Amino acid sequence: MKATLAVLVENHPGVLSRVAGLFARRGFNIESLAVGPTDNPEISRMTIVVDGDERVIEQIKKQLNKLVDVIKVSFIEPENSVSRELVMIKVNTEPEKRSEIIGIAEIFRANIIDVSRDSMIIELTGDKDKVNAMEEILRPFGIKELVRTGIIAMNRGSKCIESPEQ
Amino acid sequence: MRITAAEALVRCLEEEKVEVVFGYPGGAVLEVYDALYFNKKIKHVLTRSEQAAAHAASGYARVSGKVGVCIATSGPGATNLVTGIATAYMDSIPIVAITGQVPLSQIGGDMFQEVDITGATAPFTKHNYLVKNAGDVPRIVKEAFHIASTGRPGPVLIDLPRDVARKKIDFTYPEEVSLKGYKPTLEGHPLQIIKAVEAINSAKRPVILAGGGVISSGAHDELMRLAETADIPVTVSLMGIGSFPGEHPLFLGMAGTHGMPRANAALKESDLVIALGCRFNDRLTGGAGGFNKNTKIIHVDVDPAEIGKNVKVDIPIVGDIKNVLRELLKRIEKRSRKDWKDYLEGLKGEDVVEGCGDISPLDIIGELYEQTRGELIITTDVGAHQMWTARYYKFKHPRSFITSGGLGTMGYGLPAAIGAKIANPNKQVIHITGDGSFQMNFAELATLRENDLSVKIILFNNRGLGLVKELQDIHCGGRYSQVHFGFLPDFVKLSESYGIKALRVESKKELEEAISTMLKEEGSFLLECRLTIEARVKSLIKEGKTYESHAGSLG
Ligand SMILES: Cc1ncc(C[n+]2csc(CCOP(=O)(O)OP(=O)(O)O)c2C)c(N)n1
Ligand SMILES: [Mg+2]
Repeated sequence: MKATLAVLVENHPGVLSRVAGLFARRGFNIESLAVGPTDNPEISRMTIVVDGDERVIEQIKKQLNKLVDVIKVSFIEPENSVSRELVMIKVNTEPEKRSEIIGIAEIFRANIIDVSRDSMIIELTGDKDKVNAMEEILRPFGIKELVRTGIIAMNRGSKCIESPEQ
Repeated sequence: MRITAAEALVRCLEEEKVEVVFGYPGGAVLEVYDALYFNKKIKHVLTRSEQAAAHAASGYARVSGKVGVCIATSGPGATNLVTGIATAYMDSIPIVAITGQVPLSQIGGDMFQEVDITGATAPFTKHNYLVKNAGDVPRIVKEAFHIASTGRPGPVLIDLPRDVARKKIDFTYPEEVSLKGYKPTLEGHPLQIIKAVEAINSAKRPVILAGGGVISSGAHDELMRLAETADIPVTVSLMGIGSFPGEHPLFLGMAGTHGMPRANAALKESDLVIALGCRFNDRLTGGAGGFNKNTKIIHVDVDPAEIGKNVKVDIPIVGDIKNVLRELLKRIEKRSRKDWKDYLEGLKGEDVVEGCGDISPLDIIGELYEQTRGELIITTDVGAHQMWTARYYKFKHPRSFITSGGLGTMGYGLPAAIGAKIANPNKQVIHITGDGSFQMNFAELATLRENDLSVKIILFNNRGLGLVKELQDIHCGGRYSQVHFGFLPDFVKLSESYGIKALRVESKKELEEAISTMLKEEGSFLLECRLTIEARVKSLIKEGKTYESHAGSLG
């Protein structure tokens, strides 16, 4: 079972290593982790996708909550949320394949952000399925390099994940 | 008034009403020691290693209920603290450890005596700090004491770089802490409490399992009221010893792999386990051999992460045990559960000792009990002697049994006894140790003498690592690998060289007088008891079923 957690943390150096260390020493599996400051510069938000059974996921939430630097841990339900990931793919482009690849990029509404004689960098934003699908389709052309940001996610509607008032 | 950050640190300790700190100086904490030099209020105990300073702070904290403080220099001083910090973490003991650090401007350069101690201790501190701004010292110390002592207690480390320690600041001590990410839940949820009350009132064969949380929350009186009102037998984990009097008719003894068969049977055969501040650690559940499918479990703990971690719980209650029990007691009905108690009484069994020479370990503990009746504090080391003490001494008071439960740290007991004696000078403090464990930290005999402390040491000398040998019997087909000492010092002479009187006993008939002499001695004393390493305690149960007491777990 996969779960997506939104974790508000103090924006201090060292917090990331505490969170990563917790996952490592308790044997929890991180699928993806993305982090950056929120609108409040004192607070960062991590989006962590984890894998485990219900008991493990409950433990992950509780153990994260025990870290003093962790302000709030919330689950993001897949049905009521939007999630996005950005990926850059450097793909082989032999001259005769170039237009085919451009066509694929257009279908996915991806951007081509760098072009050289025998390769291109394609930038795609989307949820995990879309990113995976694009990767599969480009694979036969020869993927030379691929980098993903990790998933970020937000609840739909006016429901917000906020730091509790002091 | 402008003072240095190091002076501010010491002022903060005063503000926290710290009476004593345990430590060892070095280059990176010079400023802190210089500030202590001018301080008149705080006593500094110079241990003989930093590990001992951390254990002493832990012993002090466990006996006093206050936060223990230890100080060390950077690098090797800090790494020597590590075992003590981890020991405190596993047993949820509130200590604040202060370490010096190389200058902030040089951190990361592999400087002389530089070690990343906040990184190293992150897995086994409740929280830790690397101080980067001198002005943060008061806030950080305030937070450190707050975090260490509230919720589920535990160690907090403050790492203070030398250049930061020298900076001048305007000192004011904050009145309050404000931590967005730290707000322990202390009150149990009312609906959960009602569910628990109903379960207790309707249970036929309930048993209470009390852990260290009962002691740290000071809930022993409430525990007694619950047990007596609802007529429920009580068992304890190793850490829960002392939370319920050993002589009480409802007391079943310790549970777990080293526990009493009757206590384990009660857990297994009950229809309701009321677990208070314990974490269902493998040493406990292993002894009970898993719970009955139909057994309901109520689990009260201040740490939500403990609930449901190791066993499935039917009625979880997050909160401070004392608060929760007070709420429960408002609705608990009076009961008499004679059949259940009679049944358990039938499982009481009799303990026999096999393979011992002229003295059996139970003779020693029995005689000590006869002469002290629970009016003392016992610290132990780790090994067979520890398990025998835990099982057979009838502890009467909370905070009277001080042992390394979670980490099982050999060498804990002597420095912990130093802290214990300082915390409670009027009580007899007895340290029960083994020849292996004692050799790990016996340098602390000097600390005892230097501070005129009276600690009575009973050394179970079986010339080896008894508990490990027993494990090798069970798991390695009797192949004894590195469990016999080929050389041992003369412990009596060793003790005397520190100016501590000592006696050796080799037969049972000498015991009574020797223990009496030891207890009467004003200063410290060492009593060496010669045992065989083959001594095994077994419980014989009626109907011929035999339970071996120490089998199966790893030392
Ligand atoms: C620091 C440390 N090292 C190793 C162990 C593993 N261990 C557990 S009990 C034990 C034997 C202890 O010997 P001793 O203190 O003489 O006690 P005895 O079992 O003989 O009573 C050992 C080596 C430990 N618990 N702690
Ligand atoms: Mg021994």
